[in-house]
Amino acid sequence: MGNAAAVSPEGGEQARNTAGLVARRSYGKLIAFLAARTRDVSAAEDALSEAFALALKDWPANGCPTNPEAWLLAVARRRAIDAFRGRRRGEAAGEQLRIMSEGLAHAEAAPEIPDQRLALMFACAHPAIDAGIRAPLVLQTVLGLDAKTIASAFLTSPAAMSKRLVRAKEKIREAGIPFRIPARDELPERLGAVLDAIYAAFTEGWTDPAGADVVRRDLTEEALFLARLAADLLPGEPEALGLLALMLYAHARRRARRQAEGEYVPLAEQDPSQWDSPMMLEAEGLLRRAAAMESIGRYQIEAALQSAHVFRCRTGEANWRDVAALYDALYALVASPVVALNRALAIAEVDGPQAGLQAMPDAAADPRLAQYQPYWAARAELLSRAGAAQEARRAYDLAIGLERDPAVRRFLERRRAALEP
Amino acid sequence: MQYLIMAYTDEKLWPGLSAAAKEQRFFAAYSVYVEALNQSGVLKGMNRLRPVAEGVTVRVSEGKAQVLDGPYAETKEQLGGYFLIDVPDSEAALSWAARCPAAEHGVVEVRPIWEMRQP
Repeated sequence: MGNAAAVSPEGGEQARNTAGLVARRSYGKLIAFLAARTRDVSAAEDALSEAFALALKDWPANGCPTNPEAWLLAVARRRAIDAFRGRRRGEAAGEQLRIMSEGLAHAEAAPEIPDQRLALMFACAHPAIDAGIRAPLVLQTVLGLDAKTIASAFLTSPAAMSKRLVRAKEKIREAGIPFRIPARDELPERLGAVLDAIYAAFTEGWTDPAGADVVRRDLTEEALFLARLAADLLPGEPEALGLLALMLYAHARRRARRQAEGEYVPLAEQDPSQWDSPMMLEAEGLLRRAAAMESIGRYQIEAALQSAHVFRCRTGEANWRDVAALYDALYALVASPVVALNRALAIAEVDGPQAGLQAMPDAAADPRLAQYQPYWAARAELLSRAGAAQEARRAYDLAIGLERDPAVRRFLERRRAALEP
Repeated sequence: MQYLIMAYTDEKLWPGLSAAAKEQRFFAAYSVYVEALNQSGVLKGMNRLRPVAEGVTVRVSEGKAQVLDGPYAETKEQLGGYFLIDVPDSEAALSWAARCPAAEHGVVEVRPIWEMRQP
């Protein structure tokens, strides 16, 4: 984005605000509509950014149009056609131009712009697109976030992120990836990729619970917006509802995760009165609706786990057996070492720290796990409960060395200092 | 791929710290970081640098060597040390850089090593 705020003529505050609002609300809708038939996302982005720039000049002078979205779309379409004429000549170009002009006529006539954002998301999370770039691509095309913002959130250099985004967009155009919602039979699998991308954006934002880092905090909100969009547009898909429920549960606890001074607070020590109850109720409702559809999936189970933790913390009733059973079900679906790790922690609560340690996956067998901070923190915790202070100390050392959030480092240091000598 | 993680911090902070703060913010923080690097088998080399005041810059101008005290560029943050790591890609390098204790109170620069062909 950035386009919307790039120019600032005198007295243009109102126009700028309106443009900013339209950008936030309609950016993805406009990109999706512009690119749906040409499949040229980059050209759509260029055209739309020019339209926003023009709006910032035109609106303060001539007043905001009654339908700002339609205004922007019409300008962007004309720009896209001009740009296309400048680039190409010949038969194929003629056909392309016909499609574009038709769209222009349609856009100017139609009072409502159809919402094709979901189709855009499916294109971005297409199997032909490298899995690692799907979440960044959705964030850029649907929300208009710039490469720099996305790069910080995903811990990549802005130049590298920009290059990968450009390449992904070229792929959409050249591989002829369609902008459409997949048919019934392929929907579950394809939807999985879209939801995974949204969840990846959310978890990148989630790593900064203090909200000190504006980029990351915003990303959580943006991901929630995307999850809401997916759930609204696909109300009959239980996993779309499950993902939104899961994210709302997590987001509802955001304030309780830090003390006023910014110190990290683990779940067991959080004050439930700080949780956002209406948000949790909404999550509960979504989860119930999803469950009624009787088609279980990863995100519904993860949301159910959140729900179980919330219930336990609120009532004080231990429900670790249920939690362990949910982790068993989740592990059967996604056999990831992270799930195995969480399952081991639930087992430790039921059968003691030794049983938990035995259920832990082996870091020696999986280098990703060996560099995963929560693995060593969990191990340290169980070792300390089992009375193995020496080993616990070493595990805490590794956890601290692997953590990038200073507040979590300090929390782990306090735990280590509390070990028996 | 090899990367150099360079830790830039404000040297002026150092004399003002209490012994306990030095122990906690510096020695303890770096020793666990180094332990994590070692345990992951990525660390190829590291060093802490003495203060820039003890450094000298040299430049040959018009055939004559010019020697000046202090750092090449005056900045608030000075290169205080480095870690040479060997990791599969830049994403891995950046995640190690983000864990470097210097990232909390200074800046950390990550540069890929230009691999020289063996003669």
